[in-house]
Amino acid sequence: MTTTPDKLTDLVNVTIDGIQVAVPKDTLVIRAAEQVGVQVPRFCDHPLLAPVGACRQCLVDVPDAGNGRGFPKPQASCTLPVAEGMVVNTQVTSPVADKAQQGVMEFLLINHPLDCPVCDKGGECPLQNQAMSNGRGDSRFAGNIKRTFPKPINLSPIVLLDRERCIVCQRCTRFADEIAGDPFIALVERGAEQQIGIADDAPFLSYFSGNVIQICPVGALTSEAYRFRSRPFDLVSSPAVAEHDACGSAIRVDHRRGKVMRRQSGDDPAVNEEWITDKDRFAFAYAHGDDRITYPQVRGTDGVLRPASWPEAFAVAARGLAAAMDANAGGGSGVGVLTGGRLTVEDAYAYSKLARVALGTNDIDFRSRPLSAEETAFLAQHVVLTAPGNGGVTYGDLESAAKVVLVGLEPEDEAGAIWLRLRKSVLAGGTEVIAVAPYTSRGLSKLSARLVPTVPGDEAAALADLGDDVDGGTVILVGERLATSPGALTAAADLAARSGARLAWVPRRAGDRGAIEAGCLPNLLPGGRPVADAGARVDIATAWGVDSLTETEGRDADGIVAALAAGELGGLLIAGVDPADTTDPAATRAAIKAAGFVVALDLRETEVTRAADVVLPVAPVTDKAGTFVNWEGRVRPFDAALRNPASLPEVRILAGIATELSSLGVGAPLGLRTVEQTRAEMAQLGPWDGERNASAAVDTAVEPVEATDGLVLSTWKQSIDNGRMQDGDKYLKATARTPVALLPQDVFDACGPTVTLTGDRGSVTLPAEVGDDLVAGVVWVPANSFGAGVLSDLASPGSRVRVEGGQG
Amino acid sequence: MADNKGNPSLKEQFWDPVAGFGVTFRTMFRKVVTEQYPKEKFPTAPRFHGRHQLNRWPDGLEKCIGCELCAWACPADAIYVEGASNSDGPDGERFSPGERYGRVYQINYLRCILCGLCIEACPTRALTMTNEYELADDSRSSLIYEKSDLLAPLLPGMEQPPHPMLLGEDEKDYYRGDYKPAATGGETA
Repeated sequence: MTTTPDKLTDLVNVTIDGIQVAVPKDTLVIRAAEQVGVQVPRFCDHPLLAPVGACRQCLVDVPDAGNGRGFPKPQASCTLPVAEGMVVNTQVTSPVADKAQQGVMEFLLINHPLDCPVCDKGGECPLQNQAMSNGRGDSRFAGNIKRTFPKPINLSPIVLLDRERCIVCQRCTRFADEIAGDPFIALVERGAEQQIGIADDAPFLSYFSGNVIQICPVGALTSEAYRFRSRPFDLVSSPAVAEHDACGSAIRVDHRRGKVMRRQSGDDPAVNEEWITDKDRFAFAYAHGDDRITYPQVRGTDGVLRPASWPEAFAVAARGLAAAMDANAGGGSGVGVLTGGRLTVEDAYAYSKLARVALGTNDIDFRSRPLSAEETAFLAQHVVLTAPGNGGVTYGDLESAAKVVLVGLEPEDEAGAIWLRLRKSVLAGGTEVIAVAPYTSRGLSKLSARLVPTVPGDEAAALADLGDDVDGGTVILVGERLATSPGALTAAADLAARSGARLAWVPRRAGDRGAIEAGCLPNLLPGGRPVADAGARVDIATAWGVDSLTETEGRDADGIVAALAAGELGGLLIAGVDPADTTDPAATRAAIKAAGFVVALDLRETEVTRAADVVLPVAPVTDKAGTFVNWEGRVRPFDAALRNPASLPEVRILAGIATELSSLGVGAPLGLRTVEQTRAEMAQLGPWDGERNASAAVDTAVEPVEATDGLVLSTWKQSIDNGRMQDGDKYLKATARTPVALLPQDVFDACGPTVTLTGDRGSVTLPAEVGDDLVAGVVWVPANSFGAGVLSDLASPGSRVRVEGGQG
Repeated sequence: MADNKGNPSLKEQFWDPVAGFGVTFRTMFRKVVTEQYPKEKFPTAPRFHGRHQLNRWPDGLEKCIGCELCAWACPADAIYVEGASNSDGPDGERFSPGERYGRVYQINYLRCILCGLCIEACPTRALTMTNEYELADDSRSSLIYEKSDLLAPLLPGMEQPPHPMLLGEDEKDYYRGDYKPAATGGETA
């Protein structure tokens, strides 16, 4: 693995092992050697970290440094840039270099324990491999007295350090310092006692700490969760895409006998480089829990869910949905579809098609979170169909942008790969980050972000005032949370249009962006075709072989919930939605209860499946092929890692329901059964090339908020919290940040270190801290780190909460 | 032979048939080589490759550390191992000296070719072979030997794990042999 600057200007000619090669200026000798096919052994060198020359393993002989004189001693090739005319002899041709490398290896192994059979790195260990290829057969250090330490100590709840094995290459400390910006690990002590250490009161708590386990070239850093679980040689590695956020990070799923053992970062220079968040790395046990649904269930006449066969479940689901669509059968007349934000594009497309051809409705929405009509229009106008190929913002653009404006987005918590890329570019001196936020969070301060202090709800005004700071070299990243701030999305679009800045929308969930492309929105058909456009409808109707499609735009998620509660809709098809995430959890729960017939497709037992009439188990992402579309619009396909015939992709399940429905005379069959067929049909359909949805101006007038007492509630979900997909890994959970309420100084002084917040949905008691630059009149709490989450237990974001001193 | 086929000589007519029986008669006075297996069983050669055994340290702790090198070495893919952590904590259990032990250990004798490469791979001499060769049964599942089937029996002086290390402070005392010799060793072969 190497990164070489790809512009071919300023080439420098060097001779390595007698082979002439031209490499770009400032290339390191170790990379130039890779160009001629020579692998110089190395430990501390990592292409994405700054050169340091700590391990000395990469010594090479330089008889001519380009000026006619050679270096008298072997040089570390990982810190030596090439020079014109330089002659380098590596261990392949130079006995001097070879002897030097063997000597260094002998030193490194003096104190390295011989516990390879026990070590988790054994079998994939650079020290093992290079000791074999570039080391001596035996040691001249007699007596075998090695420096020992007590066995592993915890650097954090998930990262263990075995100090005996460490060769002090400093990859981990450099990663923590340069990449993650959490320099909680450092070299301590001197000489043979030199070791990696943490301060007594500051464990290595970083959202990216798992990466140091992967880049450790020996087994010194190991993972608590993977410890002794398996060996590299009996793992099967499958490339995959992380499903926890919208970044589309490439990962590697290592599995053994049908069970995922661990996940490692993949290597995709265009997306996540070689880093992933701890959530992407460690949160995979959710799919193996006891509450996984393994067979279909239908509600019997006695009102209890009982196991059923697939054909029976399809038939019962179809009968119930058909009845719900029939206005004469009592109740409402129609079925709403809520798909959640976790679906692959193929599955989202199947829902979208099922809703249109079988259920005959546009009442479909992927958003299971606070939303607005303004957002619906914004997505259709500014988000759908943007992609790296047609001018969409990419990770590379973040790196080259002069300024990046973050609105409604805390990237460290909500999009780790974006945060890492921004930090890289900030450190390189290229980018200034401007954050429209209520306070400088830890992630923002590590980006040296300039804060535009903004009370939640006032983002539109703050964006309008940004005018001078934004120009053509600016990228504006808007988060999905902006839906709760009236007028903000419109203001962001206006700002981008006015200044020439580029705009990108960053959702939180992996399936959000794909769901938009697949048409899981009330105003969009697949491929970004507006429902309101007759040409687009004909386009789709022809492709699907149906006579016509519903002409009116449907209800959004909030509208579906309201219509179910009011009895206007009779049935609900719901997939992977947690009511606690929705705009009004109580209303969603009531709507599910009120719905005449509920079909739930889910991986695990939830409050929705417990209330449903038909429960259909779906395949987790490890068990099916699929595609995520990340925030850029980049298509990230992946194959099934595990072969599990019992878990069906949602396409197959929906096809079963649609077939049964059509045999009842309702709608047309789906015409798709597999992921491959879906991909083919989507490719054939292609994107919409007509007019964008210039839908009627949405009323964005800000309702004047009654200036009641209390503080405005600001909230977002932290990276590691009580999310359902982080269940099952207690070590990961232990690294979550302690939930605290951030208060302005004056409120903190008045209310003390424990506060009780009371909103219109309940009250919570939390420890409080002072938010140093928190805007006056605002309180911040993490959205899903306590109880059932802020939306259920406290109030909706942007509303006012009362703050009192806590009990006791 | 072909040219005088219909006209055998005297030697062929009278001597050769008797000479043929000579072997038979001579063998009647020799010791028989037939083994009356299974009524009589004879010991194998001392290094015969028979059923595996997982050995113990003299205090009864297991030698296996669950490193899976035997499974890696196995050309027939007959061995399955899962490791786990030992712990000296109040809730922890210790099965072997050191950090790691083999929680699951299976050898599939339908696949095993008794080549002994696993024995060579074992870094702790936990896995050795006995001379037991009666490895036949009538079901597949009974021919997958679990750890409990493979572990050496507890000899006098041994204690059934889990228990703390009795012979030394840490695993290095075990590996170096720096412990006071208890009753007998755990290896048989």
